[in-house]
Amino acid sequence: MSAQQRAREEILARMRRALDGAGEAPEPPREYRRSLDPDVDITAMLVDRLVDYKANVHYGLNSIAAALGEAKRVVVPADLPAEWRLGAAEFAPDTGLSTADLDRMDAVLTGCAAAVAVSGTIMLDTGAAQGRRAITLVPDHHVVVVRPEQIVGHLAEALPMLDRTAPQTWISGPSATSDIELQRVEGVHGPRRLDVVLL
Amino acid sequence: MSTHEIVPAASLIPADAPFPKAAKVALGMPQLRKNLAHATGTIRAKRANVAGELDDWEALRDAAAAIKADVQHRLPELAIEFERNAIAAGAQVHWARDAKEANEIAARIVRDAGAEEVVKVKSMATQEIELNEHFEAVGLKAYETDLAELIVQLAEDKPSHILVPAIHYNRTQIRDIFDQKMGDAPTGLTDEPAALAEAARLHLRRRFLSAKVAVSGANFAVAETGSLVVVESEGNGRMCLTMPETLISIVGIEKLLPSFADLEVFMQLLPRSSTGERMNPYTSVWTGAREGDGPKDVHVILLDNGRTGVLADEVGRQALSCIRCSACLNVCPVYERTGGHAYGHVYPGPIGAILAPQLEPGRHDDLPYASSLCGACYEVCPVKIDIPEVLVHLRQRGPHQAGEQAAMGAARAVMARPALWRAALRAARFGSMPWRRKGFLRRLPWPGSRWTVSRDLPLPPKEDFRDWWKERQR
Repeated sequence: MSAQQRAREEILARMRRALDGAGEAPEPPREYRRSLDPDVDITAMLVDRLVDYKANVHYGLNSIAAALGEAKRVVVPADLPAEWRLGAAEFAPDTGLSTADLDRMDAVLTGCAAAVAVSGTIMLDTGAAQGRRAITLVPDHHVVVVRPEQIVGHLAEALPMLDRTAPQTWISGPSATSDIELQRVEGVHGPRRLDVVLL
Repeated sequence: MSTHEIVPAASLIPADAPFPKAAKVALGMPQLRKNLAHATGTIRAKRANVAGELDDWEALRDAAAAIKADVQHRLPELAIEFERNAIAAGAQVHWARDAKEANEIAARIVRDAGAEEVVKVKSMATQEIELNEHFEAVGLKAYETDLAELIVQLAEDKPSHILVPAIHYNRTQIRDIFDQKMGDAPTGLTDEPAALAEAARLHLRRRFLSAKVAVSGANFAVAETGSLVVVESEGNGRMCLTMPETLISIVGIEKLLPSFADLEVFMQLLPRSSTGERMNPYTSVWTGAREGDGPKDVHVILLDNGRTGVLADEVGRQALSCIRCSACLNVCPVYERTGGHAYGHVYPGPIGAILAPQLEPGRHDDLPYASSLCGACYEVCPVKIDIPEVLVHLRQRGPHQAGEQAAMGAARAVMARPALWRAALRAARFGSMPWRRKGFLRRLPWPGSRWTVSRDLPLPPKEDFRDWWKERQR
């Protein structure tokens, strides 16, 4: 047996010894909510929560150009819908750009997998129109397009929409820290500007 | 340029001293107490606000507590399930019995990757095993990238809080640390939190984009999928988890969750309980290695380091449910006054008082006494760990000093005999005369001094119940 196997066997044996006679734990009660009340306007709530966490919100396809603002070079996933490429920026499809290339981009434009109203969370799972993780991380400005059917009220409704074993990034507002006197300050290592376009 | 000398708080508070001694030093540091009171007050209000937004908060707590209890009861099978799924997804899974073994495995992976330095995501497990110190000793360098961890590392200090390790510093002190220790701090740096965050961004940017190896912990490990979850705010976590070729994650075995859907419970409770946000800015979930996206060489080190010992204690094992939110620290009247260093362990506050003595049996036996048993920690705990129950349990289990045993023996003898008890009460009333100060007994001679050195005693009443009753009957 290798040292590694020995460690594994010993830890498992310790666990079993520790649990000797412990029996089974009861089935967990799940009486919590899995959705919001039907009368809640989830789009309005999503907007409210996004703005509360300092994201900018825009409406309609044509607002993409405004959301991109001054950005000159914009990286996009190779499968981004062509009709989203709006405005004067130069769009660079990600065909395996180097980190240095990504670092020269002013912004990134992507879609998403789901958006959760109650917490203002945009979820990416590297699926359609989202690209790999690095492209939404290195540029300082992220513009993300949300389709109406991607908006759900509750986290429990969003999880089944994700590709569970794909790399995921759940985003709630721009990069922030509360490390100094527990005051939330926007803007550290991730994109410091987050614009959300609701179709 | 500032002129304030940086004195690491941890260098003033003796880490190896018993809690009462260390706490006394901390209590004598007015700036520390001011910073702590301000920060814990802020976070308490934020937490209460966002927890109050959810009308099913108690149902979420009940679910979380039960899921964690279930995990503990099924730990061997869930660990094996996690291992199988992580390996199938392209990860390498290692097992470490203790800190030394975990550090050695990590260092070997770093060397095999041809690297001499790593970037780090904030991780309590790596603090616990002292990975940075081990790397230093074997000629490797670990760079902390979380803002608070960076502050602490630059100040050559130690973390004093689970979530905000630099909670004991205010903005001006942080500015001074950056000015003096960062090397590339912008000139004329102000103490505006936004300016300080910008300085950290510039300082770490190149390091992120060129790092070969990253080390992380994990908030959750999902058995069903073999996925790991890291919850963070700044994007330093995303940088570490995405940019390097090699990723090493050190994960305590208690971090397991049975299913991916369980995140619907914990990802509501954790951000609201820790930073008081509805959701933290960034959550990363990854499963093994992914072609063309992120690290190719993905390692998970499953860490025991005393956890199976905690598991063996029927009452104490609930401490393994902890999701490291630190809500209990922020509401604890003892933590708020002493700060984290006085506890002399990487896990301070109420959760530390029940975890430290269990993870390292025979040490930290005084920590279960660092509590007034007020129960505020239990009230806010998102996974409903009954911390007061475990504190009392550990007090009963721990050693008792000869003086305490003698005093309790004497009290038993006196209280069992009514005549003796009456005489003792009378003696206490008159005998305490010389030591009365402002309505309290503040300083008794030995052996009473053992009690009054850290506590005040209320004065014995002028008249006891028995005398009062006798008087009434007349």
